[in-house]
Formats: sequence, C-alpha cells, structure tokens
Amino acid sequence: MELDSPNLSYIKELSDGDAEFEANLIAILKKELPKEKEAFTESIREQNYQNSAALVHKIKHKISILGLEKSYDFAIAFEEELKNDNPERLDTFLSILQNMEEFLMTI
Amino acid sequence: MKCIIVDDEAAARAITKQLCKKIEELNIAEEFDNAIDAIKYLNSNTVDLIFLDIHMPTFSGFDFIQTLKNPPLVILTTSDRNFALDAFEYDCVVDYLVKPITQERFAKAVARIKERVVVQKTEESTAGTTPEENSTVGNDLYVNIDRRLVKINVPDICLIEAKGDYIKIKAEDKNYVVHSTLKKIEEKLPAHLFLKVHRSYIINTTKIVDIEDNSVLIKQDVIPVSRANRKELMQRLNLL
Repeated sequence: MELDSPNLSYIKELSDGDAEFEANLIAILKKELPKEKEAFTESIREQNYQNSAALVHKIKHKISILGLEKSYDFAIAFEEELKNDNPERLDTFLSILQNMEEFLMTI
Repeated sequence: MKCIIVDDEAAARAITKQLCKKIEELNIAEEFDNAIDAIKYLNSNTVDLIFLDIHMPTFSGFDFIQTLKNPPLVILTTSDRNFALDAFEYDCVVDYLVKPITQERFAKAVARIKERVVVQKTEESTAGTTPEENSTVGNDLYVNIDRRLVKINVPDICLIEAKGDYIKIKAEDKNYVVHSTLKKIEEKLPAHLFLKVHRSYIINTTKIVDIEDNSVLIKQDVIPVSRANRKELMQRLNLL
C-alpha cells in the first residue's frame, strides 16, 4: 500500500489559531504514540492479537488526527483482522506508525 | 452546563476540551482517563453532561452508564461506528460522535443537547401530570421518533391522521410517523389552530384550501369531515 502523507489540517481546523492547543495536542501525540507503538509490538510478539486489536483501535484515532485517510481505512480493516487472529498485514501497519513518527519529529 | 470528559486517550480529551471551549454554555469541570475515577467523582458531584468514550480498558463506557442510578445526559465519543445501535438503548445517550470529531458534527450534538434540556425542563415544570412522550415548547412540538426527540414547528403542521397505534403528522416539508394517539397530540396543539374534524383526522384550519359538503381539502389531501364536527368547523370560518 502506498502511504499517504501526514498533515496538520484537522489540528489547524480545531485550533482556529489557538497555538497553545496545537502545541499541547502535538506534545500529547509525540508522547503517547511511541508508548502505544511499544505496547502494540509487545502484544504482537506475545501473539495476543485481541489486545493488539484494542491498541490499533486506540492508535487509529491518532492516524485520523494526522489526516491520514487511507491509513485510517487500513487501520479499521487491520483491527478487524487482528480480532480474527490474523496479523498478516503487520508490516503495513508498522510502516504507518513509522510514517507518523517521522512526521511528528519534523514538527 | 457542567460537563466532564471520560476518555482514556489524552489526545481525545484535549480535542473534546477544545471543541467545548468554543461553546459558551459548556463548562468542563473535570476530565478522567478512566471510568472508575469518574464514578467516584459522580458519587459526590452532579454534572449535566458527560462526554464518554466507549472503548476503555477494564471498564467500558456502557459499563460506566450502567453503574449510574440517575445518569446525566451523555454524548458518546468513539472510533467505532459499530456501537451506534447499542448506544441509543440508553435514554441518557443524546448523541454518538465518531472520532475524529469535526466542529460541525460537534455543534449538531450540542444542539441536540439543548433541545433535550428544553424538553426536560418542560417535563419538570409539568411534573405531577401524566408523563408524555411528546411535548410542546412555544411553537415547537417534540415528538419521540426512534428514541430521538424530533422538533416540529407547530404552525407548519397541516394535518394529523390516526393510523392504528401511530399517528402520521403531515407538515409543510415533511411527514412524521409517531407512536401516539390523536387524543394525546390534540391536547398538545393550540385549539385555535387545530380542529378534530373526523375520528381519524385533526386539521390545521389555516391550511384549508376549500370545503365541500363533507370534506376539506388540505394541500392535496381530501379529508373527511364527520357530521358531528362540521358545525364547529363552519363556525371557525370567516364566511362572507
């Protein structure tokens, strides 16, 4: 899957020029995403796919906050696949997380 | 309105707070990252509205609602569209917002809350009378359709037809089917505008196009007028 590009459109729309909110939300994303990614990879390692699905569910909100529509649709499908104990498309999901992390490092 | 946010995700709480900030009536008193702490808070505090995430570890939003004896109004916030039907099983749930929440969608939810509050206040002011599913506030009639209170502008109502256990309300732009009786709705409508002309019909007399011996034309509907009601109908008319 070709990854889409993260953007700040949604955050800017919500902030309506409120720089404090923007900075706060971005700080939360920078803080929470690595922790959630770590919990997710750990859960996959333990083959606890139900828990992995719950973590994808949580992460997918962040995917949408960063305007990644295609990746968000993928995450919805991947969450369901994990609920059926199917982690086959793990690499694509990890690429999405990598894409987000790299973007967050630039802002 | 005093509100709390219950969501295990900090980003979601920050977004909900930001959306509330733009609406003067909403005051966020507290926020919680788990349902248990919110329950403890509600044991000694009252709130008007809860923004509640469904998916939370150990104690879901639905579990949370079930623990509350008299739950305040609730707006559910979730990344999952699949729970919408379950959500409206709870009377306290006014709306169901799928993340990411847009400002437009949030504004709609707040409008629904305001409507519900108006209805509640009306019900409280008429406490002691028989509880009604449908209420009027000023020119508005709120009808219960699929667990939502839908507002109808009373002067826009052209006619109401009885259909078994339901009534069909024909308004200028839209028709509504409501589980109620002609008798109940008749009590809610202003008597100077509306008249029961037949056991199955109430009409808005300002919407009459013409009258024949035993029928009236309302827009394109020919409505029968029973002999018993004809006299009162004729008395209402400004006859030349």
